[in-house]
Amino acid sequence: MSQVITEPQGVRTNILSLRGVSKNFGAVAALTDIHLDVAAGEVVAIVGDNGAGKSTLVKILSGVHLPDAGTITFEDKDVTIPDPTSALDLGIATVFQDLALCDNLNVIDNLFLGRELRPHRLDEVAMETRSWELLRQLSAKIPSVRVPIASLSGGQRQTVAIARSLLGNPKVIILDEPTAALGVAQTAEVLNLVERLRERGLGVIMISHNMADVQAVADRVVVLRLGRNNGEFNVGEVTPEEMIAAITGATDNAVTRRTANIDLRARAELSGDPALNSAASDSASQGSATNEGTRS
Amino acid sequence: MTSTIPAVTPKPTRPSDLQDERLLNRSGVRGVIAGFIDRVRSGDLGVLPVVIGLVVIWTVMQLLNRGFLSAANLVNLLMESSATGIIALGIVGVLLVAQIDLSVGSVSGLSSAILGILFVTSGVNVWIAVILAMLTGTLIGFVYGQIFNRLGVPSFVITLAGLLSFLGLQLFVLKGQGTINLPFDSPLVWFAQLAFVPAWLSYVFVLLAAGTFFAVGFAKARSRKAAGLSTAPLQLIGIQSVTLAVGLGIVTWYLNVARGIGWMFMLFVALVLVMHYMLTRTKWGRSVYAVGGNVEAARRAGINVRWVYTSVFMACSTLAAVGGILAASRLAAVSQSSGGGDVNLNAIAAAVIGGTSLFGGRGTAFAALLGIIVIMSISSGLTLLNLDSSFRFMVTGLVLLLAVALDSVSRRSRTSHGRA
Repeated sequence: MSQVITEPQGVRTNILSLRGVSKNFGAVAALTDIHLDVAAGEVVAIVGDNGAGKSTLVKILSGVHLPDAGTITFEDKDVTIPDPTSALDLGIATVFQDLALCDNLNVIDNLFLGRELRPHRLDEVAMETRSWELLRQLSAKIPSVRVPIASLSGGQRQTVAIARSLLGNPKVIILDEPTAALGVAQTAEVLNLVERLRERGLGVIMISHNMADVQAVADRVVVLRLGRNNGEFNVGEVTPEEMIAAITGATDNAVTRRTANIDLRARAELSGDPALNSAASDSASQGSATNEGTRS
Repeated sequence: MTSTIPAVTPKPTRPSDLQDERLLNRSGVRGVIAGFIDRVRSGDLGVLPVVIGLVVIWTVMQLLNRGFLSAANLVNLLMESSATGIIALGIVGVLLVAQIDLSVGSVSGLSSAILGILFVTSGVNVWIAVILAMLTGTLIGFVYGQIFNRLGVPSFVITLAGLLSFLGLQLFVLKGQGTINLPFDSPLVWFAQLAFVPAWLSYVFVLLAAGTFFAVGFAKARSRKAAGLSTAPLQLIGIQSVTLAVGLGIVTWYLNVARGIGWMFMLFVALVLVMHYMLTRTKWGRSVYAVGGNVEAARRAGINVRWVYTSVFMACSTLAAVGGILAASRLAAVSQSSGGGDVNLNAIAAAVIGGTSLFGGRGTAFAALLGIIVIMSISSGLTLLNLDSSFRFMVTGLVLLLAVALDSVSRRSRTSHGRA
């Protein structure tokens, strides 16, 4: 596996650095020797196939799992993140893919969940005022903050989840597939939101499967494959094909094979040669066999 | 927080929380009523079904028996409701976190047995005996919480085991004792049978309730206005307060025709109000609703989910113990059948009939109060008709089924109207 670790350029200082982070689940090495840097005002996209270790990495950073090895440096200090609360206290906020909102509570309650003002006599007025401030800063389009989350659309929920993560004034915000369940317009809204976060000087880690989204907002792309770093690119200098090659591990992968197969079939149809046609399906089945071999 | 995004320029004419153009512009008393009708239509029924149910039951019972709505019977009904109602209050808390406690009957029986043994048989000071009996409940709840959190056994099974075990423990504690009579001159029996609020004081309470309601509403409106948020119209708060004063005043007057309001019922109401405050105005209450709504979300928000479960189980078992002590005091006796029979199911049914969702995250402390009055009305009405407990069980069962069916249907309606 090739590892390209870009040195910090110019005066850029990393808020969050991971060095040699590993995590095993029983006999499975979910993450091996992971390196990651995030600077203030930078959007880092983490891409990778299913099972590449993206979610495990998010869980380590958000305090759900403890790493087995490696160091996490936050603002030049070595830290451990034993639980979600300490991640929040450090200034690392996470927006999970399933958003983790309570449907039965309203927007204010969800925004302040676990961080209510005045625990023994809730300050509802202050919380509502603060909620509106926050939502307006994000140009959120939410008609009322006193409605249950259940009545909001997917994009609005995503906005509430992101707004909630901003409440503790975090320095790094992790978005786990923020656009996965969204429509075209809502995706654009969320991408705008990501840019606003960057403008506010936050370090943003964005997990995504969508190359278009990554190229639209990310500054840097970190590729994970089978639990290891498999390349790091500046977005301006990389083509989607190169990213896919890094994600799938080689130039010989399902995507290129598929393209090749289509070419072969097209040629077979043109020439009317059945041998070429069977060769195409052979290579496809062989490819999937070796692929499974490397996975297990 | 610095931001490069220009804030939306607030229109001075509308409060800052009502600026979205999609919001229906409703204001004043009429707007509040329209909002209420909207909520009910979309399946957010609140206490409406139980209030309608209560009216229906009372009408039917009164038609069947002229004595049902007599002041004396209603006074009695409230006294009978108190002990089981307090147990139901604990059940509300447990249901809010989407769990169940099936052992409240046994726990109440065990606590009354401990009270009887300590106070009567061993001659311990009555208050020490009461406190020890209550602490037994607290300890049981703590153990439930630990088993639930650490072993992950479903609360249904834990408390079913508790139901059997504590019934056995109660029988063991009372072994060879038969029935223990609590002395009639003890403060407990006096409190549960003879202590009534003096008429003048009951009206003071009514005025206090209405006055507090107005003061809280007024203070809230003022601080919201100061923060530039929308406020409930002042005349609405006034109308509500006056209605509350008149309504409570009439009820109090009618009950005072007979013996009046028992202090035991006042204790129940006080506990309901404390629980209501805890659930709606404290961080703990928010955590309870959050855990009931989406436990994973609550955990990730940094809520100590284990503590929420443990505290709710502890509150439930403690309230069950208090209910057991009061029930024993009202009967002036402790026996092997204390806390048996229908106590368990009545308490759970009361919480559900009162509008607490079995799916968690929905319900209020007032559910216990309303629900137990429904159940005790059925029980009292059928007893007045000289119908035995077989009919009472059947009718209560049907009402319970109706309440749960309503909960499920309104839940579906809420989902389709986006109110969850």
